[in-house]
Amino acid sequence: MTSPSPAAPATEPGTAPAELIGRSPGQLMRRRFRRDRAGVVSAFVVVFFFLVAVGAPLISMVYGKDPTTTYGLNETGLLNQFGYPVQPNGGISGRFWFGLEPTLGRDVLTQLAYGIRTSLLIAAAATALCVVTGVLVGVTAGYLGGRTDYFLGRFIDLLLAFPQQLSFVAFTPVVYALFVSPEKETPTYLRVLTLILVLWALGWMGLARLLRGQVLSLREREFVEAAKVTGASPWRIITRELLPNLWTPILVQSTLMLPTLVTAEAGLSFIGVGVVEPTPDWGRMFANGAKYYESDVTYIFFPGLAMIIFVVAFNLLGDSVRDAFDPRTRR
Amino acid sequence: MTDKVSLPAPRDGSPGEPLLVAEGLTKHFPIMGGFPVKRRIGAVQAVDGVDLTVRAGESFGLVGESGCGKSTTGRLLTRLLEPTAGRISYRGEDITRAGRRQLAPIRSEIQMIFQDPYSSLNPRQTVGKIVSGPMEINGINPAGGREARVRELLDVVGLNPEHYNRFPHEFSGGQRQRIGVARALALEPKVIIADEPVSALDVSIQAQVVNLLGRLRREMGIAFLFIAHDLAVVRHFSQRVAVMYLGKIVEVGTREDIYGRPRHPYTHALLSAVPETHDADGTRRVGAPPGGSRGRIRLAGDVPSPVMPPSGCRFRTRCWKAQARCATEEPPLTRADGNTEGHLSACHFPEPPTVARNTEVILDPALRAAEDADGAGG
Ligand SMILES: Nc1ncnc2c1ncn2[C@@H]1O[C@H](COP(=O)(O)OP(=O)(O)O)[C@@H](O)[C@H]1O
Ligand code: SF4
Ligand SMILES: [Mg+2]
Repeated sequence: MTSPSPAAPATEPGTAPAELIGRSPGQLMRRRFRRDRAGVVSAFVVVFFFLVAVGAPLISMVYGKDPTTTYGLNETGLLNQFGYPVQPNGGISGRFWFGLEPTLGRDVLTQLAYGIRTSLLIAAAATALCVVTGVLVGVTAGYLGGRTDYFLGRFIDLLLAFPQQLSFVAFTPVVYALFVSPEKETPTYLRVLTLILVLWALGWMGLARLLRGQVLSLREREFVEAAKVTGASPWRIITRELLPNLWTPILVQSTLMLPTLVTAEAGLSFIGVGVVEPTPDWGRMFANGAKYYESDVTYIFFPGLAMIIFVVAFNLLGDSVRDAFDPRTRR
Repeated sequence: MTDKVSLPAPRDGSPGEPLLVAEGLTKHFPIMGGFPVKRRIGAVQAVDGVDLTVRAGESFGLVGESGCGKSTTGRLLTRLLEPTAGRISYRGEDITRAGRRQLAPIRSEIQMIFQDPYSSLNPRQTVGKIVSGPMEINGINPAGGREARVRELLDVVGLNPEHYNRFPHEFSGGQRQRIGVARALALEPKVIIADEPVSALDVSIQAQVVNLLGRLRREMGIAFLFIAHDLAVVRHFSQRVAVMYLGKIVEVGTREDIYGRPRHPYTHALLSAVPETHDADGTRRVGAPPGGSRGRIRLAGDVPSPVMPPSGCRFRTRCWKAQARCATEEPPLTRADGNTEGHLSACHFPEPPTVARNTEVILDPALRAAEDADGAGG
């Protein structure tokens, strides 16, 4: 019989501390992440914002106010004759924790919670679409190479040539017009859909290009050739060999993409092509705030602070995720 | 020998039967350039008309300097690359243009071990997944299950079967290379193409891995195409050896032919670069002529670019015997006068069939100047 005698076991992997043995790269990454205090704190902040967005109706119920009631107009004594809150600091009181909106006298806290809900929903949906598109296009271009890669690459170049913010502004009304004739009122859900589409159409290229490069270098690695030699199908190579090695850039890029899309959406609403009244919107609160800030600076304070915290937390989170995946880049 | 470990007996096919045959195998990588329309402006002639035969159960060594087209040859034979010209057959069946599905039945019989133990294992897969992947792809369900089979294979290659759930980053280079060997064994191949399987490893580990491969060849009857960049590693492992230079085979023969009676000047040069080794009893081996002091050969300059290889004999720019004929006429790979059957060399003016050399051949003027200065100083 030709059973080879087992060789003496090669030396055990002995350098790693006992608790690290048998850990997957993913587990090691989570371990490193948990040790990164800035990352953990920003993760909590980010989760908090999502909870606010999802739980806005709950907040409104517990707090006993809603974002559309014009408290200042319904009751006297809340707004003065110029439409500004009577109480100092924008009308902050035990009843209206973040104050009252000038002119209409709506509650700022629920406005903000619902505004975050609108903006985050749109941005999250657009991010999801962008990531899916970016992965599909990037991996296809990188894996197939050749002509496909060339044409996809030129298409990406073409889209990247559009100045993003300006294009959002220019194209959003065009897309509205595609759905509804300009004379009619556009329903809110169509506005939301349009914003998602516009953000998606011009948001996926960065990730696609990044992944294309990664796939180009990954597919030259010998483990891909090893899979081919054993007869693996292209589908198996992409899903089992390549994708597991792409989670880092995908995760990092999507954490960085979401806040940019939130600010982009806010920007659109700020200049009036986004979500319109009466749907509460984070970005539009800035637009209103800018109108009132000379007389009532408090109104813009909470939406602004929330936005700053949100963007900073998301960027810190993105950095921490990257550091956790690749400890060599840690500063 | 443990009874638990059961590996296939050498399968049908007598030893010595040609398994994998390449005829006129050629690979030219196109060089694209130009603006605005990209077009072909040249080609890297990585492999140019290689003939070779790997026989059942034997180990065939393929040796040459880095960049001479060894890996490309290996990748052509495993059909990772499409040949530009030539023919590849496996047990008489033409597989030159076979697609993935057509290759499926024989895929499992031709496997590969890669050079770089760090890039040849997917960092996101456990050892168990890496080794069982080939079985999964080919729908092989061994008796007792895949996991048991993987543990068995880990044992065979000298790894702890308990390391089934570990990730590649937890292993050393030598251990990783063993994982790569286990993966290649998972399909019970008949030929393994080993592309410099030890050149990335510590010298102390190299022998262990080579011994493992030798054991697999003997005990399981697997044939090897063993690629190496120097003659030292191959010597202990291969019965037949081919020497490659700039995309062509310049000399091929048995181990005794190549190490004892080489004819091609390039083989002489490679042999003189092999450090002398001594057997336990003190007798010299490898290119060490009995008794005589060993002259050394230093080759001039670099290997020419495979984009524009020299006319005639490709070695002529570095050959100390080159004459006018070498530039105009390409030397065919033939049996030179006095050679044994199957010992072929491609040279118009072959060297005498001995490795004894009394004169130093130093072709590089800069190198010679440096050596002279050294000699004068020391
Ligand atoms: N994919 C490729 N595209 C273009 N040139 C290549 C490619 N692969 C290898 N080459 C070239 O072919 C030649 C032979 O390479 P290779 O077969 O890797 O040599 P070796 O394994 O003997 O070191 C080298 O000049 C190398 O640059
Ligand atoms: S053919 Fe001429 S150049 Fe080529 S190896 Fe022989 S002697 Fe040297
Ligand atoms: Mg090589």
